[in-house]
Amino acid sequence: MDLFELFTFAVFFLTLVGIYGILALGLNVQWGMTGLFNIGIAGFFAIGAYTSAIMTTPASSGHVGGFGLPMPVGLVLGVLFSSFIALLVGLITLNLREDYLAIATIGIAEIIRLVLKNEEWLTNGVRGIAGIPRPFAGWFEDPTGVTNLLVVCLVIVMVYAALERGRQSPWGRVMRAIREREVAVMAAGKDIVRFRLESFVLGSAIMGLAGGLYAHFFGFVSPEAFDPMYTTFLIWVMLIAGGSGNNRGALLGALAIWTIWAGTEYLTNRFAPPEFLTRAATVRMLLVGLLLEVILLTRPAGLLPEAHFVARADDRRSTAPGTSDSGDGDD
Amino acid sequence: MFLEIVQLTVYGIVLGSVISLGAIGLSLLYGILRFAHFAHGDVMTVGAYLALAGVAGLGLPMWAAFGLAVAGGVALAILIDQALYRRLRRTAPVILLISSVGVALILRSLVQFIWGPDTQVYTQELQMPMRLLDIKLKSTQLQIVAGTVALVVVLHLFLTRTRMGKAMRAMADNPDLARVVGIDTERVVVWTWAIGAALAVAAGIFLGMDTRLQPTMGWHVLLPVFAATILGGIGKPYGAIVGGMVVGIASELSTMVFPPVYKPAVAFALMVAMLLVRPTGLFGAPR
Repeated sequence: MDLFELFTFAVFFLTLVGIYGILALGLNVQWGMTGLFNIGIAGFFAIGAYTSAIMTTPASSGHVGGFGLPMPVGLVLGVLFSSFIALLVGLITLNLREDYLAIATIGIAEIIRLVLKNEEWLTNGVRGIAGIPRPFAGWFEDPTGVTNLLVVCLVIVMVYAALERGRQSPWGRVMRAIREREVAVMAAGKDIVRFRLESFVLGSAIMGLAGGLYAHFFGFVSPEAFDPMYTTFLIWVMLIAGGSGNNRGALLGALAIWTIWAGTEYLTNRFAPPEFLTRAATVRMLLVGLLLEVILLTRPAGLLPEAHFVARADDRRSTAPGTSDSGDGDD
Repeated sequence: MFLEIVQLTVYGIVLGSVISLGAIGLSLLYGILRFAHFAHGDVMTVGAYLALAGVAGLGLPMWAAFGLAVAGGVALAILIDQALYRRLRRTAPVILLISSVGVALILRSLVQFIWGPDTQVYTQELQMPMRLLDIKLKSTQLQIVAGTVALVVVLHLFLTRTRMGKAMRAMADNPDLARVVGIDTERVVVWTWAIGAALAVAAGIFLGMDTRLQPTMGWHVLLPVFAATILGGIGKPYGAIVGGMVVGIASELSTMVFPPVYKPAVAFALMVAMLLVRPTGLFGAPR
């Protein structure tokens, strides 16, 4: 492997880490901050990707489209559409018990998967949509894909900064208070369902944004890339391993888990006999599942636990038990 | 038209049997442990493949393979509970939920690793459907419905006539009260896993008999099973049976209007409608 190849590989790798990092940040808004359980991540990711793909590609005989809009417009539309779906799901389930949301998100992700696979007029079915424009395509040559990486990094910085600001604002405090002790927040006169809805829609919007970036990064989308279990599950493991509630933890988790995932894939591709390859993928998934269980049992707060949140009025702590669900973070 | 409706209703009852058996276990587990067990579909898958190992691997007759698979599935479920869920029980229920998603993935990967990703069948024999007044019915479908009825009767007797069954219902109604009156709650939990897993294994085998075996088969019926559970009212095993039948029949009837691939969407739509109108389910107390 010469230097150029190594560079290209590093760019490719980091771009994917970045996209997964954005997804993990989106999940962190929902689960880490507000305690909302979304196992339909792949669905919102796919909506963002397909919306942007359909809106920006030139006309094709295979599917609806030919809008040929610029990439930023496609991304925004993807974000809007995934927010809209999240709003619908949230309106139905967010005033019910937490498990209902989980079940509803599985349902919506499954339906999205079925639509992507079967509505050929819309999505070209299993053949997928090709020829999605890259960022700044036609402006200059970029054989390494470094522009993609820069765009992804820019988005991460923006999302991260916005979320950190939100986290420290009164809005973020209400979110965490809802997660810790819903009744207390209700007693304080806050409209819990509305706050939850905001959190759920914001998180899903970020996932839709990640989907759009993914589509423009690969230039191709097909239903296979959005397998509900595969994507959703990896993002969950990333967030929990990194430390839910902590935005830096979400990004670190994305880097750590994707390194393990891609690293083991590289090793098996290189050294395992070819007839073992499909099984190797299964074994990797099995190990990620086991990794999640081990983390839950031994280090539930993750690599970078959420800092204990202490309000300015320190004396309130004694009357507000459960300021963290981890218990082993540092103050 | 009328004939088609009757035919699809018959298919719906067969599908509803599979869904009901899954939903009863899910509902019982929810009532006792207070968490949605997302690995339930994959327990079904494991059961179906264990029976395949008995039939194709050991050359056993189907009934013997069935028994073997139930025993294996129950042992596996209790093992997972003791090794994993029991340790997490003191944390928030939603941690158990995450853990069960992980278990779902582990089980499915194991099945795929051992038996491979391709579809398989219990028997290659071609089945000629019987005709009763122009209604087609395969003998396996008859076996599925009869087996489900038998299992439901046994479950009913267990829940109403045995001490353990009564303890289980008591704990589902009010866990604290059950503990106070001296019910050994850990034993109830183990029994709940045993029953839930046994029914899930049966559901998986029936599903494999009706269609084909695939590592994702259980995951794909998880949504209808959840819909049935919610329809019947979470924690209500009898409601789960009704919910399962409603979901099964509605899914089959929907194929008259929508492409069959959207059957899970019908289950989802029913669930959403129920959540909007009466979130506690058909048999739950109104809010």
